[in-house]
Amino acid sequence: MTWSDDQPMVSIKDLHKSFGALEVLKGVSMDVMKGEVICIIGPSGSGKSTLIRCINALNDIQQGSILVEGREVNDHKLDKLELRKKVGMVFQQYNLFPHKTALENIMMAPLLVLKQEKAEVEKLARQLIKKVRLEGKEDNYPGELSGGQQQRVAIARSLAMNPDVMLFDEVTAALDPETVNEVLSAIKELAQDGMTCMLVTHEMAFAREIADHIYFTDRGVIVEHGPPDTFFDDAKDPRTIEFLGQIL
Amino acid sequence: MGTGLENTWIWGVRDMTMKQTKNNVLPVMMAPRSRPTDPFRLKAWHGLILASIVVLASIPAFAAEEPAKASIFDVLVRWMPLLLEGFVFNVVISISAMAIGTITGAALRLGQISLNGAVRKFAWVTTQFFRNAPWLVLLFFAMFLLPFEIKIGGLTIPLPDWLKAIFGLSLPVMANVSEIVRGGVVSLPSGQWEAAESLAFSRTQVLWRIILPQCVKRMLPPWMNLYSILTMATVLASIVGVSEMMTLTGQALAAEGGRSDLLIPFYSFVLLMFFIYCYPIARWTIRLEKKFAVIN
Ligand SMILES: Nc1ncnc2c1ncn2[C@@H]1O[C@H](COP(=O)(O)OP(=O)(O)O)[C@@H](O)[C@H]1O
Ligand SMILES: [Mg+2]
Repeated sequence: MTWSDDQPMVSIKDLHKSFGALEVLKGVSMDVMKGEVICIIGPSGSGKSTLIRCINALNDIQQGSILVEGREVNDHKLDKLELRKKVGMVFQQYNLFPHKTALENIMMAPLLVLKQEKAEVEKLARQLIKKVRLEGKEDNYPGELSGGQQQRVAIARSLAMNPDVMLFDEVTAALDPETVNEVLSAIKELAQDGMTCMLVTHEMAFAREIADHIYFTDRGVIVEHGPPDTFFDDAKDPRTIEFLGQIL
Repeated sequence: MGTGLENTWIWGVRDMTMKQTKNNVLPVMMAPRSRPTDPFRLKAWHGLILASIVVLASIPAFAAEEPAKASIFDVLVRWMPLLLEGFVFNVVISISAMAIGTITGAALRLGQISLNGAVRKFAWVTTQFFRNAPWLVLLFFAMFLLPFEIKIGGLTIPLPDWLKAIFGLSLPVMANVSEIVRGGVVSLPSGQWEAAESLAFSRTQVLWRIILPQCVKRMLPPWMNLYSILTMATVLASIVGVSEMMTLTGQALAAEGGRSDLLIPFYSFVLLMFFIYCYPIARWTIRLEKKFAVIN
């Protein structure tokens, strides 16, 4: 491929997406460089999840372009599986596989999709369990873990594929307040390790701390964006100001 | 009636909703839970009644002691081996039809979620057609539409009536299994598909590794119910002349010169055999339903 590190890892241009007659994204553009962490905030229903899900082709696109490492996502010849090997995703509802233990959840994709050696995959999975601070929970089923623990398994499961970019869709929104922090610190460590991250979040303090760039969406368009300090202290658009006023 | 039981039922549901709000997990649909008071379930005392009918109806013969007529009990015992052989045939037909119906039914359901539109339509129409046709009519169709032998190259495979009956009965089973699998698949939250797809699983892998393993538990009770119904429906094969238990009972009665005092003991014996076979299945189904009623 012609893509190299100095070009955006994810490059979105004039993205339009409709569900039937409902236009949810009305021309969104953004660039994310390798190692960058961006946060998307905005009111509920503004299209944040839809935007994130277009990047790994869980949603298809009507118009515009998404390049992931130079690969066009809006292309009917796209090999979705190849794309998804490079793009990890963590969901609000964790979506662990309930019939598999924590360790098996992490090992499944490298074994089945990447066809890696079982011994190596298990070693990697145990490292990841340690990385998200869940030693001792390897053999527990998701139903036996708290929300925060499940979400950290979900992060480890996604990392096991060794992705180049990670998508997080409101991953702490379903958690009890006391377990939010353990998940946020796992993400923070990941960001500090240089992982390219795109997060949808309502945790403003967290966004301000870890993001390189913040995007504010409302009704399918990016209303305003900028580095965290400028964004939070010096918002220009009345819709941003109103939203920040409500949430802070 | 049964207010106590109803209370536990309601409590079960309440417990579940509380659990959900606590963990904040998407509501996972419960497999439809049959009420403990379902009147159509086989109960142990049904079997007791049947057994007593067989014995009681045989007793008058002892009292009558007419030398010309053998006692009912003796006659029944004399025919028993043959009747039981017939029953084994019913069991063989039911197991075979269930096996064929399960495999084709599962395939039919997978066809209905295929990415190919034509396959999807075909599978849907087939399911709906066979689900809404009377079993006996399907059996007649299989009997009269299938040839008595098939020639493949130089090979001639005979198709005896019992084999045709198996095919005939597997058609409605197929359509019902297709629906059971559908129920199992839609009861899973869509997040399972999304999570697996975002990990680059292929569609086939998602189905076989993630979706179906989780559905099997939920599908087992309705599947076993279907098997009970099928087993009882195997007597339909007597109408098209297969030598299963019903047919043989009729022949035995005819051979005894159509004695009317034999009717009740003989047919009660048939009922008793089916009861002994189906009752444990029904019990086991209830146990499984209770066990899988709440899944988190
Ligand atoms: N699969 C879908 N089918 C139809 N409408 C959808 C679907 N997914 C999302 N929407 C609609 O798109 C809009 C944006 O949704 P979403 O991207 O989930 O917003 P957000 O994540 O910002 O809350 C909402 O109006 C929602 O109802
Ligand atoms: Mg959302």
